[in-house]
Amino acid sequence: MRTERGRERAGWYLVPAGALLCVVVLFPMVYVGWLSLERWSLLEGPARWIGLDNYLRVASDGRFWNALGNTVYFTVVSVLAELALGLAIALLLHRQGRGRALLYGVVLLPWAVPTAVSARMWEWMYNTEIGVINYLIGVEVNWLGSPGWAMHAAIAMDVWKSTPFVALLLIAGLQGIPGDLYRAAAVDGARGAMVLRTITLPLLAPVMLVAVVFRAIDAFRVFDTIYVLTGGGPADSTETLSIYVYRTLFHSLEFGYGSALAVVTLGCAALLTMAYVRLLTWRTQ
Amino acid sequence: MSAATRFVLLAVVALYCVAPFLWQLISSLKPAGELLALPPLLPTRMSFAHYAAVFGDHAFARMIANSVIVATATTMLSLAVGALAAFALSVLRLPHRTAMLGMLLAVSMFPPIATVSPLFLLLNAVGLRDTLFALILTYTTFSLPLSVWLLARFFDQLPRELYVAARADGCTAFGALRRVILPLSTPGLLAAGLLVFVFCWNEFLFALSFTATQASRTIPVGIALFPGLHEIPYGEIAAASVVATLPVVALAFAFQRRIFDGLTAGAVKG
Repeated sequence: MRTERGRERAGWYLVPAGALLCVVVLFPMVYVGWLSLERWSLLEGPARWIGLDNYLRVASDGRFWNALGNTVYFTVVSVLAELALGLAIALLLHRQGRGRALLYGVVLLPWAVPTAVSARMWEWMYNTEIGVINYLIGVEVNWLGSPGWAMHAAIAMDVWKSTPFVALLLIAGLQGIPGDLYRAAAVDGARGAMVLRTITLPLLAPVMLVAVVFRAIDAFRVFDTIYVLTGGGPADSTETLSIYVYRTLFHSLEFGYGSALAVVTLGCAALLTMAYVRLLTWRTQ
Repeated sequence: MSAATRFVLLAVVALYCVAPFLWQLISSLKPAGELLALPPLLPTRMSFAHYAAVFGDHAFARMIANSVIVATATTMLSLAVGALAAFALSVLRLPHRTAMLGMLLAVSMFPPIATVSPLFLLLNAVGLRDTLFALILTYTTFSLPLSVWLLARFFDQLPRELYVAARADGCTAFGALRRVILPLSTPGLLAAGLLVFVFCWNEFLFALSFTATQASRTIPVGIALFPGLHEIPYGEIAAASVVATLPVVALAFAFQRRIFDGLTAGAVKG
């Protein structure tokens, strides 16, 4: 009896959090679904219910497929690069004794700087005439203005910004590997690359997977970096899903179609999240 | 690996991490004449003119104030609401704990762009667009997964006897939270608070969508939309970026261990 009443009261502690989630997440999710069934442009006047027409339009919208392709490319390339670089940094840092606090602070720096501000910094470094990157490597490439380079310039910035996060996760993972294993391997005569291949990497694999999915979910919704660096250009070559949705909503003022695009983006992200949940349950089994 | 190779590699990593920030710092100190030419890499003399211009600008001071208000208010609210929820899920052993934590995790994986259009229309309808309150409300909600997860994990590690003893001594459940659990959870509150603060200080998409004027514009939006239609004021942008970055950089250095623990808590232990 007593625990039952205790539990009833325990529910009250969730009310503030629940109320916020309902107003700011749940209600908008339902509302965006509703909006996606309307033709509603702030330029055209009142909204009209058009059923699934917006979704049919998405399916045949070349710009949507371009944005999806760009998003996938951005996600795959940046996450793989971050994993490789993050692993190298983690292996280098994880048993560092001297200057450890300072090094961790330095590595946290790219993570801590606001992304929009970092993008401004990179934009300045990428400048064709007076950018330090062109100056140092002695070329005159228009990094942000040419369709071939712009996406890779954005990826390079994302790698800089997010590698520290991956490295820190992997350091935490490395610290969880029992030292006995390494001592046993040393007794058996295993050296450098062999230890890495037979002990470190297999035992680190679960954390690497989590890092990859974490980063993939985050990279998939990339907005700040690209909005500031290129705005989606040149010629839509860096336009990702989030950017396309934002432009449709706030530049074209098409709230109906923009909402349909948002729902599709949400669906893609949900697939990634489901992959993550499966991964977690697979790990705990 | 020899000590020397190791040192060189560490130096390369450190340089890679700080280079863009360092370059911005150098640029911000260059006199206007040297800013648009390379070489020289380093300024021949230090100039604080760009900083003077930035701090003399009323709009910039307002942006800093907005960011400080939003980040501070959100951090406090998120910790308060998050602590209540984490208390129910952890100490009070509310049923369906896993499902609820899972739901929160799903919220944190949610692409914010999906809620921008409905939230924009909602805020517009109730007259809250372009207010700091709109940002505080949105940020508090989207930071809840972080604060609830970290605090629940921290509460889990406290000995349960503390709570039982407090109740036996006549505390209400809320009293036990306020007088016993929270005072013992300073490290957890600090870790969660730091991550929430950095999230608010850096958030861009909602701030860009919901703010229209100086009344509610925060630092990242201000810097991204820095005025200058024809001539981009690179020096001032550089100075403003350095100023906007310093608080979080200071936090990163001062609390690197706590941030490290907070960031990696979920991923490694599952």
